[in-house]
Amino acid sequence: MSEGNIRVLVAKPGLDGHDRGAKVVARALRDAGMEVIYTGLRQTPEMIAEAALQEDVDIIGISILSGAHMALVPRILELTKANGQEDVKLFLGGIIPDEDITELQKMGVSGVYGPGASTEDIVADIRKILKRA
Amino acid sequence: MNLSQALLNQNRLALTRLLTQVENNTEQGRAALNALFPHTGKAHLIGVTGAPGTGKSTLVNQLALYYRKEHDFRVAILAVDPSSPFTGGAVLGDRVRMRDLSGDKNVFIRSMASRGSLGGLAQSTSAMVQLFDAANYDVILVETVGAGQAEVDIAKLAHTTLVVEAPGLGDDIQAIKAGILEIADILVINKADRPGVEHTERALNGMLELSHPTRRIFQHHGRSMVIEEEKVYDQQNTWIPEVKRTIAKEGYGIAELGEAIARHVDFLRESDEWSRQTRTQLQVTFDTLLRETLFNRFLDELSPQVYADTLSQIVKREESPWGAVESLLKTFL
Repeated sequence: MSEGNIRVLVAKPGLDGHDRGAKVVARALRDAGMEVIYTGLRQTPEMIAEAALQEDVDIIGISILSGAHMALVPRILELTKANGQEDVKLFLGGIIPDEDITELQKMGVSGVYGPGASTEDIVADIRKILKRA
Repeated sequence: MNLSQALLNQNRLALTRLLTQVENNTEQGRAALNALFPHTGKAHLIGVTGAPGTGKSTLVNQLALYYRKEHDFRVAILAVDPSSPFTGGAVLGDRVRMRDLSGDKNVFIRSMASRGSLGGLAQSTSAMVQLFDAANYDVILVETVGAGQAEVDIAKLAHTTLVVEAPGLGDDIQAIKAGILEIADILVINKADRPGVEHTERALNGMLELSHPTRRIFQHHGRSMVIEEEKVYDQQNTWIPEVKRTIAKEGYGIAELGEAIARHVDFLRESDEWSRQTRTQLQVTFDTLLRETLFNRFLDELSPQVYADTLSQIVKREESPWGAVESLLKTFL
């Protein structure tokens, strides 16, 4: 059975308009041979979960610079589970304080990437989590 | 639960899972297509093609809104974007223009990468359309990759093909070339608030006046595809493509475009062209499957060693590809 390419949803929730980081990551994942569904700015958790369902992605990457991650992330995870996508992973980029990282990982976030994170690491992590080369 | 059955019950998780199976051409995907075939053949397939940046996604967004609001149709959108020829990766960005549609459970948007196909669609696009059809979507909008001049596969798949142009792209020589403009049932001049719209409209209308109503016979791998008796075509039996102006960003011209599409559907139904198109489409599917399956079965029969040896003989130019195929086939048939 052919597995097809890794499909990643890259989304930018919240009200801040800085999607440079999300675009850099989208581009890096593309160059690593993944299919990246890019949804643009100001996505609500509902919109993100909806897109993840329709696109049947393997993993969701979200970028949050507003500090609202402790509200947005649990909501997105809750909605994807409610949609029956328990197996969908989630990684996070942005400005995330250290004390929140452990908490987020407990919720099931597979990786948290702050400023200076290398895109190679993100690619390698995604492949490892999904167990696909 | 059986995914095909769940899909018929309009379960969206089942639909999305099966779309992936079909896209990846898995055993499960093929089995689902087989099981669901009796439930297909109802939806109206609208193809939207045109050069990159002409506003295809925005137009698709508006058309979907129109069908939801004016007709209460269930709408599926399949948007194809190109894969990188080097890494196989892709950035699929059509959803960015379709945010108005989110939150409506009767709209389903799926993005797909072309995965190396060249005709403007991906290999499994038409099979994925079948799933939407079985899942009872009334209208299926298929958006091709930003197309140049030869990405005309969409016309074989869709009942109605919209070719989207924008002012300022090419002169009237472009308009008389063969290819993408020829496949249009409706020519949409989007971004009609841009300068040069009259010129574009004149060029396109000029092309249409010059054109003679022709029989559409698709050349498939150099072979003519339609194998039925010739019919005499009169004026009434010929669709003259319409030219429509839109400003998709503002929703201008969308209702008029919707009405033009409805006229085209009426024409298809009345002229029997609908069933002829369905026939062409199914024949393409059948032929493609036959070719693929025969090829794979033949490779299964052939030992990998024989295949490798033959290939290396060809590479060394000891044998030609033509001769090799002849002699290999002789050993089996």
